[in-house]
Amino acid sequence: MMYAMGIDIGSTASKAALLDENGKIVGKEIVPIGTGTVGPQKVFNQVLESADIDKEQIAWITATGYGRFAFEGINDQKSELSCHAKGISYLMPDIHTIIDIGGQDIKVMTINDKGGLMNFVMNDKCAAGTGRFLDTMAKVLDVETEDLSDLSLQADEVAEISSTCTVFAESEVISKLSSKIKTENIVAGIHKSVARRVASLAQRCGVKEEVAMSGGVALNNGLVQSLEEELKCKIRVHEDCQLAGAIGAALYAYEGMKRERME
Amino acid sequence: MADVRALLEEFDRISKSPKQLLKEYNEAGEKVVGCFYYTPQPLITALGMVPMGLWGGQVNPQVAGKYSPIFTCSILRSCLEYGMTGEYEGLSAAIMPILCDTFRGTCSAWRAGVNIKLIPFVHPQNRKDPGALDYLIEEYKYVKSELEDVAGKTCTDAELKASIRLHNQKNKVIREFCSVANDHLDIITAVERHHVMKAITFMKPEIIIEKLTALIEALKAEPVCNWTGKKVILTGITAEPDDLLAGFTANNIAVVGDDLMQESRLYRTDYPSANSAMESLALQWLQIKGCSMAHDDNNRARGENLVEMARAKGADAVVCCMMRFCDTEEYDEPYILETVRNAGFMAFSIDIDQSTSDSGQAITKIQAFAENNV
Repeated sequence: MMYAMGIDIGSTASKAALLDENGKIVGKEIVPIGTGTVGPQKVFNQVLESADIDKEQIAWITATGYGRFAFEGINDQKSELSCHAKGISYLMPDIHTIIDIGGQDIKVMTINDKGGLMNFVMNDKCAAGTGRFLDTMAKVLDVETEDLSDLSLQADEVAEISSTCTVFAESEVISKLSSKIKTENIVAGIHKSVARRVASLAQRCGVKEEVAMSGGVALNNGLVQSLEEELKCKIRVHEDCQLAGAIGAALYAYEGMKRERME
Repeated sequence: MADVRALLEEFDRISKSPKQLLKEYNEAGEKVVGCFYYTPQPLITALGMVPMGLWGGQVNPQVAGKYSPIFTCSILRSCLEYGMTGEYEGLSAAIMPILCDTFRGTCSAWRAGVNIKLIPFVHPQNRKDPGALDYLIEEYKYVKSELEDVAGKTCTDAELKASIRLHNQKNKVIREFCSVANDHLDIITAVERHHVMKAITFMKPEIIIEKLTALIEALKAEPVCNWTGKKVILTGITAEPDDLLAGFTANNIAVVGDDLMQESRLYRTDYPSANSAMESLALQWLQIKGCSMAHDDNNRARGENLVEMARAKGADAVVCCMMRFCDTEEYDEPYILETVRNAGFMAFSIDIDQSTSDSGQAITKIQAFAENNV
């Protein structure tokens, strides 16, 4: 049996997905360190190990993500926009808008009924509203990023965080802490601030239901809820949301493997 | 006939080393005047001086922060940095149109931090008002008087009219190059096209006419290319650096037209016939259409221009090259994208930032466009 692998090398995490000859997902792994680290190689090894297969059984590897050009031994590379569209379309076929909040960027994509990318917008070179932004805010608040979701759901009021510039927002959060505002309310304010920024980007792209979120930040229920309020629509999150890019890349790899056989 | 490759290499060299060209002008005893965006360049030529475009460059500003905040439009910040660090040494003066708030601030910063004579002037934004023409003629009279001080001589109306004819001829040749280039998209890649269009902002009008005419003739002698890849139109202030433009070629995308301030936008409106040379210069500003710097009551005008251009050139998409922190362009962006998309073309934005050479996110967007039938 031969396999197709997709590897998504992001700025803060490396993800891999493995498909068998029948197009079935047989392996998926996440390593919480990204490009420029041992993360990509580690996730590559881990996914082989978890599926119990040898490197020689990989017929095609497609890389995506910020570090896609740097990983050696791949057959081709695809943009993360294309891979997220393909991945989400595979996981949730009736989705028409995808919001992906990654480690250092935000992408909004609209896709057609066949999963083809129709339109996209992406923030540029600014960490505000991204996973990195949430990491920074968690550090200032002395909490774990993973705990932000639960904390915001416990808020009884939403503190106003007016700025979405990471540096300015950090000062604002410190100021709120000095004013004895509850951490839970500040976290809710941070989520609201991110949600507003993401929503304005989404409006530029055009939101068409059903809407899904991908990327690691989609696991933050508090933020998803905040974004639902801003967009005034339900947002669906798949359990493999963080793996959407890698699964999309694996689907491209699967096509490459089949194409090579035909030739 | 001149060789296409040799001519392109000459444009490449000039586009990458304007400082060397400035040195050569100075060594030949010529006075050079720096020009930001829209400036009445025929005045400079008529007075026997050389107009040279000021477009900043890929630089991480180290000293400009003394006068301009970090969120200053990327291109004006890098221009200020170059002015403050001696990169523009050799210019006898610089003409600065106060087209936006950032220009206004940069005008003060330039006076405080750059030791090059500044000639600022203000275009009228209510261009329909009958007083706009008279007002701009008066502004240009001030610019002319300042330039005459720099040149140490004056020019007659006939000399200025001759200069205007020369610049109009230059515009015509540039437009012809852009048209002929589209028959040779295998040779005139996005990077090569940009090098030609950037180089001409530093060259004398008569040399532009000579060299571009030679390039046009040489291109016409080449077989016509049947381009099968995607085609795009670029709009914005500039589209740089080369790495970003190479991203189009790497993804089999050709640039078939542009609405960039640094490139075609400067040359698409000729100086019209008028009662006087000064009136002709001023009337040109009143006739400019589809530009973020020139107010238009129809906020869809630029988008409509782009749709027309995309149709005429068979483009698949319009790429909005958004100069970082250029609020004037930012306000245009939603209208452009919506108008272009509503007309059935793809439209997306990429970020242009002269303070960094990282084009990763822009290339990701270009690649995504290439990978999908959008």
